[in-house]
Amino acid sequence: MYIYDDLDRTLVNERVAEFRDQVARRLSGELTEDEFRPLRLMNGVYLQLHAYMLRTAIPYGTLSSAQMHMLAHVARRYDRGYGHFTTRQNIQYHWIKLEELPDAMADFASVGMHGMQTSGNCVRNITTDQWAGVAPDEIEDPRVWAELVRQHVTLHPEFSFLPRKFKIAVGTSGHDRAALAIHDLALRLHRNGAGEIGFEVMVGGGLGRTPFLAKTIKPFLHKRDVLSYVEAILRTYNEFGRRDNIYKARIKILVHELGAEAFAREVEAEWQNVKDGALALDPAAFADVASRFVYPAYERLGDDPPAVGEARRADHCFDAWMDNSVTNHKVPGYAIVTLSLKPEGGTPGDATAEQMDAIADLADRYSFGEIRVGHEQNLVLPHVAQRDLPELWRALDAIGVATPNIGLISDIISCPGLDYCSLANTRSIPIAREITRRFRDHDLARDLGRLHINISGCINACGHHHVGHIGILGVEKNGEEFYQITLGGKADEGAKLGALIGPAVPYAQVADVVEDIAAAYVELRARPDELFIDTVKRTGIEPFRERVYATR
Amino acid sequence: MTSPLQQKIKIAGPVVVTANRVADGAVVYWRADGGWTTALGGAAVTTSAETARELVQAAISDGLRAVDPYVAPVKLTRDGEVRPGNLRELIRFSGPTIDLPVTFGI
Repeated sequence: MYIYDDLDRTLVNERVAEFRDQVARRLSGELTEDEFRPLRLMNGVYLQLHAYMLRTAIPYGTLSSAQMHMLAHVARRYDRGYGHFTTRQNIQYHWIKLEELPDAMADFASVGMHGMQTSGNCVRNITTDQWAGVAPDEIEDPRVWAELVRQHVTLHPEFSFLPRKFKIAVGTSGHDRAALAIHDLALRLHRNGAGEIGFEVMVGGGLGRTPFLAKTIKPFLHKRDVLSYVEAILRTYNEFGRRDNIYKARIKILVHELGAEAFAREVEAEWQNVKDGALALDPAAFADVASRFVYPAYERLGDDPPAVGEARRADHCFDAWMDNSVTNHKVPGYAIVTLSLKPEGGTPGDATAEQMDAIADLADRYSFGEIRVGHEQNLVLPHVAQRDLPELWRALDAIGVATPNIGLISDIISCPGLDYCSLANTRSIPIAREITRRFRDHDLARDLGRLHINISGCINACGHHHVGHIGILGVEKNGEEFYQITLGGKADEGAKLGALIGPAVPYAQVADVVEDIAAAYVELRARPDELFIDTVKRTGIEPFRERVYATR
Repeated sequence: MTSPLQQKIKIAGPVVVTANRVADGAVVYWRADGGWTTALGGAAVTTSAETARELVQAAISDGLRAVDPYVAPVKLTRDGEVRPGNLRELIRFSGPTIDLPVTFGI
């Protein structure tokens, strides 16, 4: 966990007092909506279809149990008893009242949480691998770097009015669990040929109406230069990014129109002005940030305790969950446990206040009080002793977060869609729910193997549909909901945008189409362990297209 | 963003003026006698673009109580009941089409 200092606490508390005054002035009529809108957006407050929506930052997806209890408290006290975990590792509340928002924010501030930079044309919440610090394949904890960059860009006056929002992710070598390629700026920790650890710098990724994968503009950046190089990128974007057309304002358009090489040259030129100045990394300052990440005092334990093996043999449900939701930890005797927020018939990413409180208690008991949020809209207990897994599983199952579907067809990423969102054209959640019902048979889902479905209710692509193995995009046609289907997208280290398989299908047929695609895959795969995404790559989309449209 | 007053209002049937209440974001409708109501049945309904524009103008003048008024389609049933005219307005009127998360019995 990162431990906040007085500066962090003062900053957050001052923002609450400032926002309380702004809300009072709006309610009294002293501020018009045009004046108030940018102020509320700077605190993550949107106006949705039915109510205000509050988005609260969860930096790099790391939560303490006390913070999770606070998420539950806000859900219960100010909302309708639940919250929605998002693809930026944040949480959203969909029924907040403006007149109560300052109190909710004050409650959040008591545990160091806030909504700053969860909206607006600034650097948004910095995301990373939800297994950061515990994954066996990482070379270094990327959260320390995410925190360093977060501190630099928080309320940075030069970067508070960028041409458009700016999303940063920090990842590490090995398997990419942070969807680096779809970020405006991605920093990937890796070793160069000399064995030094530094960053690959990628820019210009993003989805929305014009999707692009990020391009590498610097294969290796020394650690000392990370802040100055990020500064140079943001300055270059701030200077050249378009402000005349909101649809062309993201850095991806600038990088595309200028070309990655030309953009890199501009960045390098700007970098020369700042690289050896105050932004060159001060080892003492870095050490201070790093020292405030406190790691658990792990016990010396052995892997694979016999009691767990016995429990697996005794209960096939526990055994299935172990196979699906429990992952190797870098410390012997421990495990990483993913909690599914994708129950059959449920809304992806939603958790009730009761679940949040229970998860916080379980984190205290089994995970050194720490919880993570993943961009796939699930939660993680990152430090579980393997001997505790049977008991933990029973507790998680009792609160409905032990569905063994992590990474499977019913582990769907979905935006809130037209059920909540004022930008959406179509609904996403009912589509996701119906698909989870169609694939409720875990044996069937397991047989299909790793298969990611991503759903967006409009072209803004909050559900990351372009990079779903199966992507579903809602479009409105003459007042009716239709859905375009793409295949072959992926968001990992081999990121790829999906290909459209044909005309959009009506709302009522989407789950049928997914079943057709799954059936076609089973027939087409070269062998039982060929993954869906590999079959699509091998065969192309044509056989799937034929299957889907043969009877439509 | 173009001001609603500058937007051309094209209507193909009955419409109302709707917005969200400032204090809590609740969906509200502009009444014929001025002011807002949460009851769609109490909204001023018109089939005239000119009247719709006047209603929007009046609603905008009350920026203290509601945010971003706009013209929304409605349907009139045989017995005169006012119903939302499209899916978006139906969801605004009656809430999400899915049940909200339930407590898992703990």
